[in-house]
Amino acid sequence: MSKHPTITKDFSTVTAISGPLLFVQKTQNISYGEYVELLSSDGVLRRGQVLETSFEMAIIQVFEGTSGLNLKDTVVRFTGEPISLPVSSDAIGRTFDGSGKIIDGGPPIIPKEKLDVNGSPINPKSRAYPTDFIQTGISAIDGMNTLSRGQKLPLFSGNGLPHNDIAAQIARQAKTKRTEEKFLLVFAALGITADEARFFRKSFEESGTLNRSILFMNLADDPPIERILVPRLALTTAEYLAFEEDYHVLVIITDMTNYCEALREISAAKEEVPGRRGYPGYMYTDLATIYERAGRIHGKKGSITQMPILTMPNDDITHPIPDLTGYITEGQIIVDRGLHRRGIYPPIDVLPSLSRLMKEAIGSNKTRDDHREVSDQLYYTYAEGRSLRDLVAVIGEEALSERDHLYLHAAEMFEREFVSQGRYEERSVEETLDIGWRLLSNFPESELKRISPSTIKKYLPKSTLGV
Amino acid sequence: MQKLESQVGVIEKVVGPVVFAKNMTGSSMYEVVKVGKLNLIGEIIKISGDHVVIQVYEETTGLAPGEPVFRTGAPLSVTLGPGLLNQIFDGIQRPLEILERESGFFIKRGKYPDVLSKSKKWHFIPTKKINDYVQAGDILGFVNENPLLEKHGIMVPTNVKMGVISKIVDEGDYVIEDEVAEIKTDDKLIKVNMITKWPIRKPRPIKRRIDIFLPLITGQRIIDGLFPIAKGGTAAIPGGFGTGKTVMQHQLSQWADAKVIVYVGCGERGNEMAEVLERFPQLKDPSSGLPLMYRTILIANVSNMPIAAREASIYTGMTLAEYYRDMGYDVALMADSTSRWAEALREISSRLEEMPGEEGYPAYLSSRISEFYERAGCCEVLGSDGRYGSVSVIGAVSPPGADFSEPVTQSTLRVVKVFWALDTALAQKRHFPSINWLTSYSLYKDDLNSWFDTNFASDWSALTKEFMQILQQEEELNEIVRLVGPDALSESQKLVMEYAKKIREDYLMQHAYSLTDSYCSLKKNYKMMKLLSYYYTKSKELINSGVPLSKISSLKSTRDLSRMQMVSNEEFDQFYIKMEELLRMEMASLMEEINLE
Repeated sequence: MSKHPTITKDFSTVTAISGPLLFVQKTQNISYGEYVELLSSDGVLRRGQVLETSFEMAIIQVFEGTSGLNLKDTVVRFTGEPISLPVSSDAIGRTFDGSGKIIDGGPPIIPKEKLDVNGSPINPKSRAYPTDFIQTGISAIDGMNTLSRGQKLPLFSGNGLPHNDIAAQIARQAKTKRTEEKFLLVFAALGITADEARFFRKSFEESGTLNRSILFMNLADDPPIERILVPRLALTTAEYLAFEEDYHVLVIITDMTNYCEALREISAAKEEVPGRRGYPGYMYTDLATIYERAGRIHGKKGSITQMPILTMPNDDITHPIPDLTGYITEGQIIVDRGLHRRGIYPPIDVLPSLSRLMKEAIGSNKTRDDHREVSDQLYYTYAEGRSLRDLVAVIGEEALSERDHLYLHAAEMFEREFVSQGRYEERSVEETLDIGWRLLSNFPESELKRISPSTIKKYLPKSTLGV
Repeated sequence: MQKLESQVGVIEKVVGPVVFAKNMTGSSMYEVVKVGKLNLIGEIIKISGDHVVIQVYEETTGLAPGEPVFRTGAPLSVTLGPGLLNQIFDGIQRPLEILERESGFFIKRGKYPDVLSKSKKWHFIPTKKINDYVQAGDILGFVNENPLLEKHGIMVPTNVKMGVISKIVDEGDYVIEDEVAEIKTDDKLIKVNMITKWPIRKPRPIKRRIDIFLPLITGQRIIDGLFPIAKGGTAAIPGGFGTGKTVMQHQLSQWADAKVIVYVGCGERGNEMAEVLERFPQLKDPSSGLPLMYRTILIANVSNMPIAAREASIYTGMTLAEYYRDMGYDVALMADSTSRWAEALREISSRLEEMPGEEGYPAYLSSRISEFYERAGCCEVLGSDGRYGSVSVIGAVSPPGADFSEPVTQSTLRVVKVFWALDTALAQKRHFPSINWLTSYSLYKDDLNSWFDTNFASDWSALTKEFMQILQQEEELNEIVRLVGPDALSESQKLVMEYAKKIREDYLMQHAYSLTDSYCSLKKNYKMMKLLSYYYTKSKELINSGVPLSKISSLKSTRDLSRMQMVSNEEFDQFYIKMEELLRMEMASLMEEINLE
């Protein structure tokens, strides 16, 4: 948002095109990161951004891709300004494409402000620590890996797993105990298929979420380099609405794997030294400029909660994309293929999943006073049962003690009763915890080491339900 | 110096955080420059003829070739003086609180407010008088910085070899820029006020290094008991994501018995810094009951803040730590995470198109890491009174894919003496702190054993050794169980397994967020070990006489052992007496039963 009048400069000195990059010679006073428009003989307006600038040359990444461009006819128009996005609360309920153009056929929007899409880092001193519980209605999340306002909690999934259903269910059901507040969904699609896009749209329409949503759609057949831009558009909108208009914004971005692919493509075209698996060495920092745009700010009513979805290539959690993401986000929800195969929905594996902000989001004023202890105990019993399952695979069930059988059975029941629920089933956190207690009631009290005697007294169901 | 300022270079090229400039004849390595119309701070990292390469400490969007570059003639330095504690800075020591006041909750570029307040008055009490001979490091007087650090020493500058005080102010209130003393040396008159500047990449001088002999008590059982760190020591905490590196760092900065804590949040999460900022002021120092923030300096350069400033942040933190060490204090520096710092190094190196070493990291990664950890240590600091001070460094490492064979972990392990390996499998079992007891080590253990045995309890090291042996045995027995099932074990082997389980679950595990368990005093730590060991000795006798393990396990006393974490430090003595008595009685009656049969 420069206050100076915009001075555009046109150049037709393109000397090389390589992948998504354009090399322009004899440029002058072109600033780093500025927004560029490309005019070509095919009449299509393309947009780009300066990645490198010097007296002799500027390198430009072209969001729409370079196919169809030639050296002779391409005119490069430098705008002297960073890429910016007009923002307004009128955008609520509307759908945009990956470049920020309206694609729902509705009227244009009168912007309140124009903001640099790169945003600025929030001063750590200004941040308010997230402590407000968000109820997603999904037991595996609410009970074991609680989400809170201002958190960034990704779904780590794999190809063919129902992460979209989970995301849609969360988008439908997410609420806080204070219902009077303004809630908003910002949805950014990066290279998802038209089917998936339709699924999300339909799901939002059916549940009435659409009129409190803003959608940014870059589909599988849209320009891949544009995916660099889409999360930034979504988050710029989210930031404006959260911190200027007091909305509580949930941002769902799917699929971050496609974002990273685009990043790699540009890096390769620039012939940079590659890091692990060909991804650029700065991918951590780059991802941080997206994920860190979540949070709450002292003195502001609104908040941004992020739920990025990524598909782990080959279900490998050590792959750079989930790995670097996990180092930035405040935990992760793991969608597991094994559970999915056994027909459990949502197939969330609570053991490797984690919500780092859970401890502050639960407890007597937020969820219920027994929450932490129940979740610790369930966690322990499930982990114990799962490790016994591995043992059984080796030595057979006969060798197990009675206690072991109890745990083995409990792990099974945990998956079938606690984790598993319907796609449209919305459980309150109290219901979730009660299911937990029902499972724990199968154990003798002496096994419930993670729960204090007073909590046991207060909540443990008296009669053991046969399960 | 005046002439330098007038020399203005020109930007030639901008690539991310790296700027190339020309017309820079005479500039020196690591000299600070102001880049472009926005006056962004940068540092010269490469010189070739009149061309230089600059890493810029702020976002470079909008910089264009042709814009000016101003030289300052000085290297990147931090400001040292009273008022550093209880503050939060970014990687180049910009005070974030003032920045927030001046430019709102998003960080704006090109703003450099004063690090320390120029108007705040400090109460200065001189300790020297006119005509006293002084040398570098001598304390001229104290100011009361805050209730946790009442004696902030104002020291004779390091460049004064020997001099005599020609003027010193009376006790009274002064601002940092007021002159408090004048020292006459052979050739000049040196005026001293309460602030100094020091280049961050240059270690502050000391008199000599001394042997490390005191433990840094952390209140964490597994650390104090099995893998202790010494004051002035170095430790690394590598672990994949979710293994609790940051929680460990927070725990250590809360409870370590250092006088000053410098916490460097280097390329990590903003919300974590917010947590520290909200929690620390409420936490009380265990010995004095005062807010812990009073002894803490936070450096926050979170992951989406500029990368070059992240590179600088650990040096900024280290220099602040050394400054308090020079007053004769024990300082602990936490760096979370050094991997992010190494990545900053890698990114800048790759923009310079340097030949990459392993995994794209520059070839000098390893030497930079050792240089940094070398600044830790126990030493006699400058000054004629023979003060001792120390800087302990605890660095978190975030290996990609939790693979410890990667370059940052490996280079770090070559220099640090303590290795707390955080284990993903343990973390998934919610075993926290998830320090793996089989792979971790502390090279200070042998040296510190004698301290623990002579100053604390004569059987301390014997107990910790017993624990380690049992845990090792458990691992071997686990192998057998995995192969042939638990039935193959004898009763005494089962007891070892049971004992090991108790050590793991009742001793090694510690709840960071539980009020009673978050800090475990050495006394409680010792008595917990005693109780467990007593349980084992007695049970072994019973097993040898033919009592089945299941009978021992069903005793109230053995079950109650698992509640001992939740007994507070203050009540533990009493609990210990009762518990030992109960164990003794119940086991004795079991013995009687078997003898009757």
